[in-house]
Amino acid sequence: MESTSVIGTANKKGQIFTEPRKLFFEAPRVPVFLTGSEVIKEAIRRASVDVMVAYPITPQSEAAALCGELFAEGYVGDYMRGESEFAVMSQCAGAAFGGARVFTTTAGPGTLRAFENFPMWAGARLPIQVIVTCRGINSPLSIQPDTLEISFLLDTGMMVWHAETAQDFFDWILMGYIVSEQPDVHLPLAVCCDGFFVTHTKDTINLTPADMTLPPYDPYRSPVPCMDMECPPVRMMRDPFVMKSNYISYATHASWQQEVRAACERSRKHTIPLLGGLIETENVDAEILIVASGTAVSQGREAIRLLNAEGLKVGLVKVKSLRPFPTEEIRQATKNAKWIIVPEFNVVGWLAREVRAIIDRNDRVIVGPHVAGGMTMPPEVIVEKIHQVIKAGKGELVHG
Amino acid sequence: MGKDKIRINEEFYDIMPPEYRELVESGTYGKEGRGWKDMGSSKELIEEHSLCAGCPESMAFRYILASLPAPEDTVMVGSTGCTSLVFPHVAVHNIHSLFGNQNAIATGLKRALMVRFPNKVKDVVVLAGDGATVDIGLDMTLQSWFRGEKFTTICFDNELYANTGGQESGLMQKGFVAKMAPVGKKFDKVRLPEIARESGCQYVVNMTASQPGKVEKVIRNAVYIARELGPTYVQIYTPCILEIGKQSMEGLQEMRDSEKPTERFAYKEYITDEAKAYLADLDAKRKAKATAQLAAK
Repeated sequence: MESTSVIGTANKKGQIFTEPRKLFFEAPRVPVFLTGSEVIKEAIRRASVDVMVAYPITPQSEAAALCGELFAEGYVGDYMRGESEFAVMSQCAGAAFGGARVFTTTAGPGTLRAFENFPMWAGARLPIQVIVTCRGINSPLSIQPDTLEISFLLDTGMMVWHAETAQDFFDWILMGYIVSEQPDVHLPLAVCCDGFFVTHTKDTINLTPADMTLPPYDPYRSPVPCMDMECPPVRMMRDPFVMKSNYISYATHASWQQEVRAACERSRKHTIPLLGGLIETENVDAEILIVASGTAVSQGREAIRLLNAEGLKVGLVKVKSLRPFPTEEIRQATKNAKWIIVPEFNVVGWLAREVRAIIDRNDRVIVGPHVAGGMTMPPEVIVEKIHQVIKAGKGELVHG
Repeated sequence: MGKDKIRINEEFYDIMPPEYRELVESGTYGKEGRGWKDMGSSKELIEEHSLCAGCPESMAFRYILASLPAPEDTVMVGSTGCTSLVFPHVAVHNIHSLFGNQNAIATGLKRALMVRFPNKVKDVVVLAGDGATVDIGLDMTLQSWFRGEKFTTICFDNELYANTGGQESGLMQKGFVAKMAPVGKKFDKVRLPEIARESGCQYVVNMTASQPGKVEKVIRNAVYIARELGPTYVQIYTPCILEIGKQSMEGLQEMRDSEKPTERFAYKEYITDEAKAYLADLDAKRKAKATAQLAAK
């Protein structure tokens, strides 16, 4: 079952199992003009997925249905529609327990309906990948983009990445499996994006060749046994920990929770070379910095362009990974900043909260601007916020 | 998997746990015609358990494990409750994940095993309590049947939430006074066997665990049919002697009393024509094989 042994051979669709780094960095890329949903399909075509479970919820329905076409064409081992997101995530868990590479997608209320499964996935060390195309979770009902649900995912023990563009999506879906399935990581991964803004808009994406695919998942490179009765089933424990009120029981649960978090931290060494770091920075020597994730980064870039035209220099930190959180990277990147602006597509400002929690002099963090409930964030709103900051701290900021 | 996979390196023989050594020496993986009569003369797949003394669930558990036709290629799925205290002691791979999602887990598991082992039979068997099967997990129980998923669902029906201390459940009898039913349960025992039949199950049995031979036959049928044709459902009365005020030695009698012809656990079986024909075919093949073996001698 050594996954490396299949490198260079073809699967039943004639795709060549390709060494991941070669696929990511050396294979020729062809630019195509696709929607984000279509990009998800193209990534899955190249991901050697064994089982995908789908369920309709806007705005991920199209991507989930397009992956069904891949199954019909023979690119995905099995594919089904579940009955609810709670069931879907359990079906994903069952398939992953059985040694399959598993893919699913969800959004907004679906993410919350599924929720009990996420810490279970992490605790059971199931390297499932879920795409979260964020949308509003509030009442009254909304189907519009809003990233509030990401904040709920942060303490599940899963890895959480936040894609800015469809290109991120394409690369991260494929790279995500390689990171998730490392024996010293072996955790689920939520690749999040801002619904509609990424899923329903078209962009030019550089795709790898369709006849090259990731090597298959090897379920025996895992810190926990694969539930397929292909290895000896030993009695797992003398006394089930669930019922015991004693130190050993508490210590077991506590240490396992710590191990799950430690595994998430260990993912850094695999993620950094693939994603080019957990953050990306531009001009961090500027006195004003925008720190953002998702499409707020794109809006931040536009705001910076407008501010540059005014002669104002503003730097940018794009946060790619939220779990593990790039604590040291953000500390370094923000050390010279006088003001740190955190624009977000949600009402609570969870990224600002995260940044505030880890840097010194955290009164430098400006929470916002915020939009929510599906509103767009025109770059002018960020520009205005920065003007307000400058006005408030007049004389302290250097133009240039 | 076969018995060869659990062999012990001679160098390590003396340091292996005794229950593992026994599994290697006298376990019944791969034994043709295994059944409840192996109990006592071979290593059972269940090692100790932390259920109450005399719990009928422990009897049912042992009979079922002794009756699985191919434990060496069977993966079981449990749920939260008394059964989840036993599974850690069971020598077949088993999954506990959440409360009530067992049939969704089994769906994904069975499909994954079919993708990964297209030329090999891997049985999936769900074993959960009535709260998990009928209340919190009913949606996923039924949906797996609607879809015709090829695995067996076994429900240990003790007619209440035993592990949390005796609360009302959907399979509880009407009028029974329990926690959360302080003036008695207001509605009838949910008729899941009938619902199972209407939901696409190929084989449905309602029974008690009083007779091991019967349990063996039913479990074997249920696994064989699920393997080839579609979902099967077995509901077994495993009374919680604590919560109905019985003594440790009274569980068996309680089951016998409840399976009388007019009682709610009178043996009832439903089987599709297709499943019946399939079992007859299996039986004919088995007999032909035995005759051929005899002739060869």
